[in-house]
Amino acid sequence: MKGLSEVLAPETRKTLSSADVARIREDFPILKQQVCGRPLVYFDNAATSQKPRQVIEAISRFYAEDYSNIHRAVHTLSQRATQAFEAVRVKVQRFVHAAEDREIVFVRGTTEGNNLVAHGYLRPRLQAGDEILVSGMEHHSNIVPWQMLCGEKNARLRVIPISDDGELILEEYERLLNPRTRLVAVTQVSNALGTINPIRRMVEIAHRQRVPVLVDGAQGIPHLAVDVQALDCDFYTFSGHKLCGPTGIGALYGKANLLEAMSPFQGGGDMIVSVTFEKTTYNKIPHRFEAGTPDIAGVIGLGAAIDYLQSIGIEAINAYEEELLAYATQEVARIPGVRILGTAQAKASVLSFTVDGVHPHDIGTILDQLGIAIRAGHHCAQPVMDRFNVPATARASFAFYNTKEEIDALVQGIRRVMEVFG
Amino acid sequence: MSDLRDLYQELILDHTKHPRNFGALENANCRADGHNPLCGDKLTVFLDVSNGVVKDARFQGSGCAISTASASMMTESIKGKTRAEAETLFERFHQMLTSPPDVEVQDAEELGKLVVFSGVKEFPVRVKCATLAWHTMNAAMRHEAEPVSTE
Repeated sequence: MKGLSEVLAPETRKTLSSADVARIREDFPILKQQVCGRPLVYFDNAATSQKPRQVIEAISRFYAEDYSNIHRAVHTLSQRATQAFEAVRVKVQRFVHAAEDREIVFVRGTTEGNNLVAHGYLRPRLQAGDEILVSGMEHHSNIVPWQMLCGEKNARLRVIPISDDGELILEEYERLLNPRTRLVAVTQVSNALGTINPIRRMVEIAHRQRVPVLVDGAQGIPHLAVDVQALDCDFYTFSGHKLCGPTGIGALYGKANLLEAMSPFQGGGDMIVSVTFEKTTYNKIPHRFEAGTPDIAGVIGLGAAIDYLQSIGIEAINAYEEELLAYATQEVARIPGVRILGTAQAKASVLSFTVDGVHPHDIGTILDQLGIAIRAGHHCAQPVMDRFNVPATARASFAFYNTKEEIDALVQGIRRVMEVFG
Repeated sequence: MSDLRDLYQELILDHTKHPRNFGALENANCRADGHNPLCGDKLTVFLDVSNGVVKDARFQGSGCAISTASASMMTESIKGKTRAEAETLFERFHQMLTSPPDVEVQDAEELGKLVVFSGVKEFPVRVKCATLAWHTMNAAMRHEAEPVSTE
C-alpha cells in the first residue's frame, strides 16, 4: 500500500482533504472497530492519541530484528540498537528545532521532564522566599512538582490568572514577575480549555528579568510546529504518547548551558564516566540524566511517530485540526443548554463543554453507548474547574484522523443526552 | 449494547431531578463526607441516630445522576431502620452491583425499589457513583473522621 507521503509531498499540502483523511484512517487499526455496536468515534486525543501501524510495526520490528541494550557492548546488535536509539535523538532535535542533539534528554514523559527540571535545575537554586510562577490553566503535572519544591524550600508558588475566555492575563503576568521569581512554568496549550498561550511573548517578558521559562508542551507538540529556538524557551517537555508514539517515553529539551550546569536527577548506570567507592564522575549531557536502561523500544516508536507525522506535514495537520475545531465549536454551540468553556482567540483541538442539568460523567456514559469516546471530569486541571466554577466538564479533543462526520455524530449524541434527561 | 434505559431508569431520573431529603440536617449526630475523584462527586451524609435507630437521614452535595439518585433513595430507604439493618442493606446493595452475573443476590427482595440500580452493574466505572452515598453513610455511622474516597 502506498504511504500518504508518496501520494503527495508534505510541503505541498496546506491542509488535509477528506481523501487524505480516509487514507490516514487506514493506518490506524484501532479506528476500524465498533464500540457498543456503533463505529468508534475517538475524541479523547488530548488524553492520548491512537497509534498508526507504522509505529506499532517499528516497535515490533525493532524487537524482532535489532533489539539489544545500548551504549555498552561491542557486539553488532548493541551497535545497531545504539545507532537507532541515538538517531531518534537527532530526529527529536530536528522536530523541535533544537540547536544540538545533546539538548534532548529522553524521559518517561512530560511529568518526568518537569520533575527533572524541578530537582536537577531548580532545587539547588531555590531559597526561602523565592517564587515560582505557574499559570492558572496548568495540568497537575506542571503544578505539583513546583508545589512540592516550594513546600520543601519555603518558597512561594504564584499563579497567573485566567480571563473569562480562558486566556492568560498578560498584564498580571508582568506584574507577578519580580526579582524573587526563579522560574516560569507554563503550558503551551491548555488541556482543559484548548487555549494556545503566547509563549514567545511570555518568554521575552520573563527574560527581560532574567527568569528562565519551562514550557509544558504535552498538548502543544501534537498540534503545532515547535521551534524551541524561535520560542527561546529554556526548557520544553513533552510526551510521545500524545504524538501517536508509545507510552512511557518523552523528551526534555534544555538549553545546553543550563543542562551542563544541572546535577543528575537519578544515579545509576549510563549516567557515569567512572565509579569508585570514593567518587563518581558524571557523564556528559544528555546521558548524565539518563540513568539505567531506558525505554529503548519506546524511543524507536517515538522516532517512527515523528516520521509519520512529518510524512503528513505538521502544518497540514494543524490547518485541518483548526477546521475540525471551528466546525465542532459552531455545531455544538448551536445546541441550546450547552456552554462551551474556553473561548480564547487562539485554540487547539479541545472542546470543553457542559450541558445544563446534566453531569459530564452522565454525558460521557451516554456518548460511550453511542460509540463516542470523550473525557468527562476535571482533566487533571482542578484549578481550571474551580476558576469556571464547575466540578467537571465534558471534553471532546480532536486529531487529524477525525472527520466532520464524527463531529456530526457527537452533536447527535449530545442531543440524545438531552432527550434522556429531558 | 446495554440499553441506556437500564441505567437511566425513570425512577433514577426522577430522584436525580428532584432529590429527596436534600440539604443539611441541623440536629445530625453523625455525618461524613464522601468524594469520588473520578467524576468529582462530593457529598455529605447527615444522620440522626438515636437508640441504634436511624431517625432521620439527609444529604447534600453535587454529583452525577447516578450518585445523586442513589444518595436520595438511600436516605429514604434507611430511615427508620436500625444500624444493623442499614448496614445489611448496604451489603445487599453492594452485592447487587458487584457480584458476578451468575450469582444470585441473597435476600434481594429486601432491596425493594433499590433494584432499579441493578442496571449499573453493566457499567463498571459507574458502580462507584452508585455506592458513594452508601460508603459515606457507613463512615458516618462509624464516626470516621477521614472523608470517604472511592479511589
